[in-house]
Amino acid sequence: MPGLWERLRTGLTKTRQGLGDKILSAFSGRQWDDDLWESLEEILYEADLGVSTVEYLLSQARVMVRQRRPKAADEVVSMLHLIMVEALASSSPDPSQLGELERPVVWMLVGVNGTGKTTTVGKLAAMMQRRGHQVILGAADTFRAAATEQLLVWSDRAHVPVISQAIGADSAAVAFDTVTAAVARRADLAIIDTAGRLHNKVQLMQELAKIYRVMGKAHSGAPHEVWLVLDATTGQNGLAQAASFMEAVPVSGIILTKLDGTAKGGVALAIARSLNVPIRYVGVGEALDDLMPFDPESYVSAILGENRTPF
Amino acid sequence: MFESLAEKLDGAFRKLRRKGVLSEADVREAVREVRLALLEADVNYKVVKDFLTRVETRAVGQEILSSLTPDQEVVRVVRDELATLMGGQPARISMASNPPTVIYLVGLQGAGKTTTAAKLALMLKRQGRQPLLVAADIYRPAAVQQLSTLGAQIDVPVHYLQGQSPVALAESGMLRSRQLARDVVIIDTAGRLHVDETLMAELEAMEKQVPGHETLLAVDAMTGQDAVRVTESFAARLPLTGVILTKIDGDARGGAALSIRAVTGLAIKLVTTGEKLDAIEAFQPDRTAQRILGMGDVMSLIEKAEATLDRDATENLAKRMEKGDFSLEEFRSMLQQVKRLGPLSKVMEMIPGMGGLGKLKNQVDDKSLVRVEAILSSMTAAERRRPQILDGSRRLRIARGSGTSVREVNRLLKQFQEMQKMMRQMKGMRKGRKGMPKLPFPPMPEG
Repeated sequence: MPGLWERLRTGLTKTRQGLGDKILSAFSGRQWDDDLWESLEEILYEADLGVSTVEYLLSQARVMVRQRRPKAADEVVSMLHLIMVEALASSSPDPSQLGELERPVVWMLVGVNGTGKTTTVGKLAAMMQRRGHQVILGAADTFRAAATEQLLVWSDRAHVPVISQAIGADSAAVAFDTVTAAVARRADLAIIDTAGRLHNKVQLMQELAKIYRVMGKAHSGAPHEVWLVLDATTGQNGLAQAASFMEAVPVSGIILTKLDGTAKGGVALAIARSLNVPIRYVGVGEALDDLMPFDPESYVSAILGENRTPF
Repeated sequence: MFESLAEKLDGAFRKLRRKGVLSEADVREAVREVRLALLEADVNYKVVKDFLTRVETRAVGQEILSSLTPDQEVVRVVRDELATLMGGQPARISMASNPPTVIYLVGLQGAGKTTTAAKLALMLKRQGRQPLLVAADIYRPAAVQQLSTLGAQIDVPVHYLQGQSPVALAESGMLRSRQLARDVVIIDTAGRLHVDETLMAELEAMEKQVPGHETLLAVDAMTGQDAVRVTESFAARLPLTGVILTKIDGDARGGAALSIRAVTGLAIKLVTTGEKLDAIEAFQPDRTAQRILGMGDVMSLIEKAEATLDRDATENLAKRMEKGDFSLEEFRSMLQQVKRLGPLSKVMEMIPGMGGLGKLKNQVDDKSLVRVEAILSSMTAAERRRPQILDGSRRLRIARGSGTSVREVNRLLKQFQEMQKMMRQMKGMRKGRKGMPKLPFPPMPEG
């Protein structure tokens, strides 16, 4: 995915270099030394991987180091890289290839407040529109002031229609209408935006489950994908978020937003590993095409600050 | 927020308490657990490292290990250091001697600046100020509309001129504030990455043209390790005066709050605590430190209780409870009193020892209280006083009247019986053992 990292590089070079240099000086060209475990630990913690994942990764790396007895520090970083990529391995097929699925396919986006759901809906719509699919959006965030207007702006940019109702309307009804409209208009894909909600609010999570349920009544099998939108600056709370959302609705993947080089979104790896949910897309900017399919290699390189990726 | 950090720390301390004599290894083990608790709470890695070095130096010292109560000494050292980390006194929003006071809200995307701007305006308005909101986020689609809608809800004017740059909007906003005789100008800026050179320069330009008396950084309470870096980058470019921690009604453990203060020295001035527009409060560092350490925030609870409860009714209630004279009638008025204190989850946070009830907390929501109240209100006074007369047909009537089910009515009655039992036990043990029995909890029907 050179595009993504290319994009990250432009404009954000300054901080990035500072960061990369630090890691380079700690490892590059140096002999491996057990004192360096602490530096590795620091890198992993600072990327928000969290206690259990850091301990797991380092214990795996220790086993490998014991077996292979590397000389150079770089080699250990590479081992860790391998272990991390493995932890992210997902065998499920790319959901954006609609293929033979019965139309309309329905996607639903969920997440806590301010992670970028509405923006991501806009980007997904543009991506799928470009691939020649007929897309329709549902503005089921009927709570936040001007959320519908925000989605309308994105739909204009992406040239796709939006189904919406007035603020305060029943969000499940909007979702239902959107799916019904998608069926009637023979659309390929309906994408439903939902209101941000903190995962520890019981009533709001029940509402989410209801939105999910009613879509299945409008079109059996819908929604086919439920994506949890996760802010890359999120810390260990991301785990609690993912677990609670998965309890309410069957989350099928993660979209990691606002990945910018200093926020590395390491908690996504912790989630992918402990809850077995694949990371699907990453958002890196505010333009319509700033959404990229997730690439484990580049993501891990970014966390480890390896110099071999253009970064 | 903070409860589960408190739980983890408590776990580490409890292990120490079981030991009579402490070895250096015991202390190290406890310190290791404190370390994991802090890291899991998203406290910055470097902050944790420094913190533990200080604790360890102090705790492994000879005088502690040889003191009579070494366990308590270690706990005390951790508490001291944690309290220092949080910073002591609450910091206020300062007002300009020569109005209007200019307040900037800055931060990353999605931190909650726009909502917070409206909340801050409402708070200041209730304090007798006349705020003006300036919508200077011209980048995010519909951000201006969002602020206008919120402004209309709280009846505060919102300034925006189509086509103006953020710098021009800040300037024209000042002009407008004079025309409208407003004494506070709250400028909502666009969310930006701290590494976005262009947008950071724009903020600098705004501050240069219209200097802020307060420049507040909105930080999402769920932020991880990056919180410190973000705050440092903003502070390097702008005259930040404080931080607003948003979304603290989530279950994040508040490590970002601890770290920001420790690394940058910036005070957390305000916290936002919910989706409603009045869900904003001044931050109380000392009380929060107590809450983290599992001591509860009894001060806040008492203050709140004094301000909201009906004294006579409460005393009357307490007397009857003491006598064991507690029927559904009393239960209902108790419920009404409790409701006045605000959302249950927040009340529970302030009670010492309630930290461990984190799981329960998530189930106690105010909607279920409404159902309980509906059931109680659908009974006759006679039924509330003597629940034993409730036969099947009465229960069915109550279920219908309250829009619930007989199952829920039954469950409420059963839980009420258990509560009565508990009260009798409480009465019995009043003079005996020390320590608080479990607080009676209002029954919760399935939502």
